[in-house]
Amino acid sequence: MNQNKKIRVLVAKPGLDGHDRGAKVIARALRDSGIEVIYTGIRQTPEQIVEASLQEDVDALLLSILSGAHGFLFPRIMELLKEKGLGDILVLGGGIIPEDDIPEMKALGISDVFGPGTLTSTIIDYIKENLSKN
Amino acid sequence: MGQDNKKILEEERRWEKDCLERHTSGNAEMDWGMKVKTLYTPNDIEDIDYLEDIGFPGEYPYTRGPHPSMYLGRLWTMRQYSGYGTAEETNKRYKYLLEQGQTGLSVAFDLPTQIGYDSDHPLSQGEVGKVGVAVDSLADLERIFDGLPLDKLSTSMTINAPAAILLAMYLALAEKQGISFERLNGTIQNDILKEYTVRGTYIFPVKQSIRLITDIFEYCSRYVPRWNTINIAGYHMREAGATAVQEIAFTFADAIEYVNAGIKAGLNVDDFAPRISWIFNTHNNFFEEIAKYRAARKLWAKIMKDRFGAKDPKSLMFRFHTQTAGSALTAQQPVNNVVRVAFQTLAAVLGGAQSLASCSYDEALALPKEDSVRLSLRTQQIVAHEIGVTETVDPMGGSFYIECLTKKMEEEIEGYISKIDELGGAAVAIEKGYIQQEIQESAYRHLKEVESGKKVVVGVNRYQLEEPPSKGLLKVDPKVGEIQIKRLKELKTTRDNKKVESALSELKKAAVSKVNLMSSILDAVKTYATLGEICDVLRDVFGEYEGTLTI
Repeated sequence: MNQNKKIRVLVAKPGLDGHDRGAKVIARALRDSGIEVIYTGIRQTPEQIVEASLQEDVDALLLSILSGAHGFLFPRIMELLKEKGLGDILVLGGGIIPEDDIPEMKALGISDVFGPGTLTSTIIDYIKENLSKN
Repeated sequence: MGQDNKKILEEERRWEKDCLERHTSGNAEMDWGMKVKTLYTPNDIEDIDYLEDIGFPGEYPYTRGPHPSMYLGRLWTMRQYSGYGTAEETNKRYKYLLEQGQTGLSVAFDLPTQIGYDSDHPLSQGEVGKVGVAVDSLADLERIFDGLPLDKLSTSMTINAPAAILLAMYLALAEKQGISFERLNGTIQNDILKEYTVRGTYIFPVKQSIRLITDIFEYCSRYVPRWNTINIAGYHMREAGATAVQEIAFTFADAIEYVNAGIKAGLNVDDFAPRISWIFNTHNNFFEEIAKYRAARKLWAKIMKDRFGAKDPKSLMFRFHTQTAGSALTAQQPVNNVVRVAFQTLAAVLGGAQSLASCSYDEALALPKEDSVRLSLRTQQIVAHEIGVTETVDPMGGSFYIECLTKKMEEEIEGYISKIDELGGAAVAIEKGYIQQEIQESAYRHLKEVESGKKVVVGVNRYQLEEPPSKGLLKVDPKVGEIQIKRLKELKTTRDNKKVESALSELKKAAVSKVNLMSSILDAVKTYATLGEICDVLRDVFGEYEGTLTI
């Protein structure tokens, strides 16, 4: 990607889960590091999230979920991204995702999953590194 | 407070100069700004008047406790928050916990139930039975409480936007069990304001939500007199990042809004204020938590007396449930959480809780397993019976530090409440995003302090270990969704649909008018109208809340 262009990221809360402390602090840390961040707010459907990714022309999509509904919502979002031709954006997961479920999430095309206690700098570095590769 | 304060002050200055100067002195700071001194002495509580500020338990201003003999008379209710999967699994877990010595139930509902969607709604996909049990109709509640006589129980339900409907289902179930409403003990959360700020399970706009709340106040004051009609919640604000001071201040600001609404609806304050209950978050800073509850008791009594002119002593009494802090649990080295939970449990008891849920050590990873919930219950039982803290009332009272902290927190909380008053009250402050912003600032500050190492979190930013993933976590069967959908289909073919339709159309008429909605909701749930059907009628009339977005 063009080095001068600012990275744009969508932080999204799919499903009915209202726990967005993590999503909000990460959004703010990303913003403080110079990344452009759009936050969807809570209770977003997969369709709304994919539409926002398209409209906002983002480089990365960060999905946060703590309710245990990732098993349904993540595959649906990945499927819709592909349908809309957004299969190449960087997708990361976060929240409460049991270790046992992570291989399945990665097989869907989610690059990585970051659990509680992850340093925000780890996430920022990961995004910058992975996007500069493309 | 003490005798001869002048002499003590002189001695303290001398000690600082002669003795302390060569040693390390304190530099800790509470996250709401107070500097913690190296030592507290009678000089720090000089302006505290024992009789006026502290007094005796069971009497105004209730600083030392709402009841005269506190745990000597009755221990707190041990009430673990639980519910998941199907109604049968939840019923089994409740029976297990009661057998193990738990003394109250606390029902966790899944998110579709909390937001008023049936299990077959498209937005419910993936969420059914996950963070709690799914309730689509009275039939599910019958299964959850199968073999559990309601007159022998005290049941708390964490339900907000559709609280009136779940309460109606509970009443309908009591009727089926042949138990009169007057004999029911329990609580519904019914606190919508904090859903708008931090928790997110809102349905209707503010005005209509408040109407439902005051309808419940009125109905219960007549027919269900022992029911706690609202459980005003600071817990979730604290989880979202609020400081201890913000937790109490914002919760009291919400409470003031509800009491005003009750009065505006034509109720006498003493008719509903005695049934107000609370839920707070007992966090890691041990002394701060104890002082927080002492300050809150005193301040609430003052607010009810001075601001609202309440006369009934029960209106002035701050009786609270607390749960230990979920957000203080770490996914890293999860067994360490056992120790955190034990300290928080102790702080809650020294703070004078009436009801307590202790988190389980595996909750940063998944819903708790049966044996980890049992361990948290045992933690409470050990605190209750083995370590001597229940043998005298408010054993921390009189500590220079605790009394000083109690006073300082009270002042800080009052300051925040005045600020919210100036903004026009909690509902306006929420609409403006003020409360959300304040909480987010605190959350971000906390994150920065943990990431910089200023705040130590054992196992996370210090004393880390390479460890294998935790094994044997509880996993909700993904079939729960299918089971619920199948049951709903069956229900809709076996119930009397004419009765359902007529009850729903009566409800609609009531919603459009200004009458109390509780009776029409009760009639509707008795026909096995579903939660989603009832909420849809209300959505139709009331509209839906649109969230405000702040980062």
